[in-house]
Amino acid sequence: MTTSPQTDPGPLRQSARSKRATRIADAASGGWKVVAAKILGLGVVDAIAIYALFVLVRSESWLVAGLVAAVTLLVNWIYFSRGKLPAKYLAPGLIFLAIFQIFVLLYSGYIAFTNYGTGHNSTKEDAVNALLLSSQNRVEDSPSYKLTVLEQLGEISFLVTEPDGSVSIGGNERPLEDVRNAQLEGGVAVGLNGYTSLGFQDIIAKQTEIAAISVPLTDDPNDGMLRTPDGSSAFLYTSSLEYDEAAGTMRDTNSGTVYSDIGTGAFTSDAGQELLPGWKIDVGFDNFIRAFSEESIRGPLISVTVWTFAFAFLSVFTTFALGLFLAIVFNDKRMKSRKYYRIIMILPYAFPGFLSALVWAGMMNQEFGFINTVLLGGAEVPWLTNEWLAKGSVLFVNLWLGFPYMFLVTTGALQAIPEELTEAATVDGAKPWAIFRFVKLPLLLVSVAPLLISSFAFNFNNFNLIYMLTNGGPRDVSAGVNVGATDILISMVYKVAFVGANRDYGLASAFAIIIFILVAGISIISFRRTKSLEELN
Amino acid sequence: MTTATQQHNPDAVIDPDAAVVGHPKRPFKRYFRETGWRHLVGIAMSIFAAFPLLYVFSASLNPGGTLVTANSLFSNFSFQSYVDLFNRPQQPYAAWFGNTLLIGGISSLGTVFLGALAAYAFSRMRFIGRRVGLLTLLLVQMFPQLLAVVAIFLLLSGISEIFPAIGLNSQIGLIMVYLGGALGVNTYLMYGFFNTVPSSIDEAAKIDGAGHARIFFTIILRLVAPILAVVGLLSFVGTTSEFVIASIVLIDPDKQTLAVGLYQFVSQEFSRNWSIFAAGAVLAAIPVMTLFLFLQKYIVGGLTAGSVK
Repeated sequence: MTTSPQTDPGPLRQSARSKRATRIADAASGGWKVVAAKILGLGVVDAIAIYALFVLVRSESWLVAGLVAAVTLLVNWIYFSRGKLPAKYLAPGLIFLAIFQIFVLLYSGYIAFTNYGTGHNSTKEDAVNALLLSSQNRVEDSPSYKLTVLEQLGEISFLVTEPDGSVSIGGNERPLEDVRNAQLEGGVAVGLNGYTSLGFQDIIAKQTEIAAISVPLTDDPNDGMLRTPDGSSAFLYTSSLEYDEAAGTMRDTNSGTVYSDIGTGAFTSDAGQELLPGWKIDVGFDNFIRAFSEESIRGPLISVTVWTFAFAFLSVFTTFALGLFLAIVFNDKRMKSRKYYRIIMILPYAFPGFLSALVWAGMMNQEFGFINTVLLGGAEVPWLTNEWLAKGSVLFVNLWLGFPYMFLVTTGALQAIPEELTEAATVDGAKPWAIFRFVKLPLLLVSVAPLLISSFAFNFNNFNLIYMLTNGGPRDVSAGVNVGATDILISMVYKVAFVGANRDYGLASAFAIIIFILVAGISIISFRRTKSLEELN
Repeated sequence: MTTATQQHNPDAVIDPDAAVVGHPKRPFKRYFRETGWRHLVGIAMSIFAAFPLLYVFSASLNPGGTLVTANSLFSNFSFQSYVDLFNRPQQPYAAWFGNTLLIGGISSLGTVFLGALAAYAFSRMRFIGRRVGLLTLLLVQMFPQLLAVVAIFLLLSGISEIFPAIGLNSQIGLIMVYLGGALGVNTYLMYGFFNTVPSSIDEAAKIDGAGHARIFFTIILRLVAPILAVVGLLSFVGTTSEFVIASIVLIDPDKQTLAVGLYQFVSQEFSRNWSIFAAGAVLAAIPVMTLFLFLQKYIVGGLTAGSVK
């Protein structure tokens, strides 16, 4: 319907006069409301940007601050300068697209080359601090320090009165500093100007936050930290690990073992024992090499890929076949009450997909589900827990979910085929089957092919159905990653990255990149075969 | 025996006009061959399509029911589960419902607005990079945000170290992520529709002295209202049932959406509180299903219009 190139809205090269006329018309018609809305909108954007810049500069994230400043300037320049109409209309959508679609795709490309994941999610400096913190023990017979918990702008500090009476303040990763003008009460500092002293109730409310704070005694983390069990007194803790900054090694003071940085993103002893947490490093193609060479990952990756294609193809095929059959059955004007059947049959399409999968999961439950207990009289068929039955169940439920859409679409396409073609074929002596096979089906396929392709693309990443119905299971126990028989690629990425105790963002992103390449391949092929590109004018 | 007669009468299946000619009181055999069997198919498919929905509905009317008791359909008739649903502090259903409507509503409005702006530019203006831009949109839509879920998670956790208000565990953050997918499919769908509005209308308005903003907001947007409704509805349905990104961004139960909350509800106590889950499912489905059934014509029209080009 839109194949014909639409008429050009105006001559491509406008003359200077007509440009000026447009500008005058714009200025005259806009009125003060448009100008006010524009200024208000830009004001809000600029205010947010300036606040963001302020925070970013304070936290010394120069690169991000530079980007925010550049984008803000660009937006202001676009909207305050004359002309640049296309940019004015495209900018808002493009900014979101650039950050949350294009940037994140590139960023996953970067993550695929790191060891980002549980135990490797920060810098080396953070890892050293975390290790020193986690191996802390209270120094025996050390004095106790009187403590008042202070708060300023949501940040908690410790006001400490040392046994000799001197007062100092410090916070998480902020070593103690002496203060002079504290408010004293019985020789104990209880307050400081500019800070709020927390009462008993506040301390209870922020218990976990306060218990996690450790204040370094001096700049050298090996000197120990102050921590508080109760919010009113603090004790000196030292770490059983000792960090040697010059050599870059960790030494366990109890056993004497030395752990050194051997380039794998964690301190490792000579015996190969790792201290976790480690830190994030670039690992090159390691994740891809692991995916393709380690048998415990390669096996599942291949079977999941094959199943993903099979699932997407069979889903499209079964739903289209059933939808087309129903469209033919109900495309008969002699039949009464077609409307009512139609409404009932599109109910599965209208019901939210994730709920359908959960409901079917209940109905297919092996012990208590409706299908086994009622329809099959108490049989215990493992619909969702046997490898092949689970695959069949997934396809069956997807047929239930998807046939109404295909039914609606093919009905529309069938009705759009001119009646004369059928009549002409009948006159030529064609049988009904021949008419369908050689006249209607080819015409139908031409018009629904793009929909079939997009349905394939949708099912290729049909995470909700798989995850809600079978959770990807039954689990493949021999696999080195958390995958099951019905997992498709996208649910495997999700499970490797977010399910279970061991999250591996690097490997998950490598899988995502592999999907990306597969999808790109498919779309190049399908674009070549459709003419959609040629129609762009 | 039917096959033999059918061969002599090929028109029976394919010629719909026969209905007009055919006598209303046909003999049963002929009636069955022509339309009766279609009713059998229709009844079978209706049972197939509607049964799971009836099953949920019946389970929701059976208070205190488990997966086992749900098997005796419509044995009980009480709305107690619907009341219990709202009195579970661990599973704040009302908050989930509100969040879902809020996140879905704002994201779909934003999607419609951003998409319409872009489609207007592509349809009505000629500028350098227009063709490349359209092609890029077409390509980008092949790669759903889902693929970059790890990067989205890490990006948001990075943002939340500096701006907790729009980072992890923030609904604004989630909406922003959804708006990232606003261009793409939708723009393409709208672009096709915008092209069907004759540009002579714009020109007439221009001659009358209307500027581009006035033409867009007061003329074009009204003319393309059907496609705006379709895109808005599709994007609303899409975001309300979106699970992957919502499940990693929203952490507090109070902030979660129905998809995330109900999934966790079911996975935690699968068979024990089946009737309460069923009640939640019925309530969650009602708004979407009503919208769908009322607007089904437009939706189907919109779906085919966007792709069959």
